[in-house]
Amino acid sequence: MWHIIIVVGILVCAVMAIRTKRLLVVALWLAGNSALVALLIYLLGAPEISVIELSVGAGLVTVLFVFAINIAGEEPEPIITLIPKSLAWVLVMLAVLILAWLSLPTLNLPLPAATGTTSFSLVVWRDRAVDVLLQIVLIFAGVLGVLGLIADSQSHPRQEKNS
Amino acid sequence: MNISLPVIAFIAVLALLGVGLYALLIVRNLLKVVVALQLLGKSAVVALVLAGAMRGQVNVGQSMALTVIVADTIVAVVGLALAVQVRRHFGTLDLKSLTTLRR
Repeated sequence: MWHIIIVVGILVCAVMAIRTKRLLVVALWLAGNSALVALLIYLLGAPEISVIELSVGAGLVTVLFVFAINIAGEEPEPIITLIPKSLAWVLVMLAVLILAWLSLPTLNLPLPAATGTTSFSLVVWRDRAVDVLLQIVLIFAGVLGVLGLIADSQSHPRQEKNS
Repeated sequence: MNISLPVIAFIAVLALLGVGLYALLIVRNLLKVVVALQLLGKSAVVALVLAGAMRGQVNVGQSMALTVIVADTIVAVVGLALAVQVRRHFGTLDLKSLTTLRR
C-alpha cells in the first residue's frame, strides 16, 4: 500500500513540475519528486544510491535551479506548444505502452536474494574503475558549466572598445 | 490488491519516462527542458536499480546508477548555464524565438 502511495506521489510531483507556471515552484516540485524517488530506491534495497539521489537530486540540483532562476528571471509561458498536445500524448503513450508490453512479463518474479558478496565500494572502485574515470571527467565538465553559470558577459564591452 | 514491489517500481519508471518525454515534446521554456531531462534521468536511475535488484546484483545496479546520477547532474548544470547565457544574449528563454531560420 505504501509503495503505491509513493509512486502516485512521484507521478503527481512530476506532472506538477511540468504544469506549474512559476519556475521557483517547479524547482520545489522537482525536489519533492527527487525525495520520493530516493525513498523508492531505498525500498528496492539500494540505500547508498538513495542517499546520493536525495542529497544531489533534492539538494544540489534544487539549489542550482533556484540560482539559475534568480539570474535568468521568470518569464510568462507561451500558450502555443512546440507540437500539438494530442500528437505528443499519442507518441508518448505509444512509446510507454510498447515498453510496458515488452518488459512487464519479466517482472512477475519475486525479488531474489542478493547473490554477490562484494560490497558497493568494491564494485565501484575495482569492477567499474572506468566509470569512476568517466565521472571525474564529467565533474570537470560540470565545473566549467558552473563557471558558465556565474560568468558575466564582459567580453562585449571590450570588443566594442577594440572595434 | 497485492502488486509486487518490482511491478510498482516499473510503473514509476514508466510514469517518469512518459511525463519526461511528453514535457520534452511540448515545453518551450529552456529551464523546463532541463526539468524534463531530470525526470528522464530519474527514470533511468530507478530502472537500473530495479534491474540490479531483479538479477540479485544490487551493487552493480547501484554503481551504474551512480554514473547516471553524476551525468544527469552535469547535464543539469550545463543546461542551466546555457539557459542563463541564452537569456543574457537573446533576452528570452523561449525555444521557438531562438531560431534564426525563416518560418
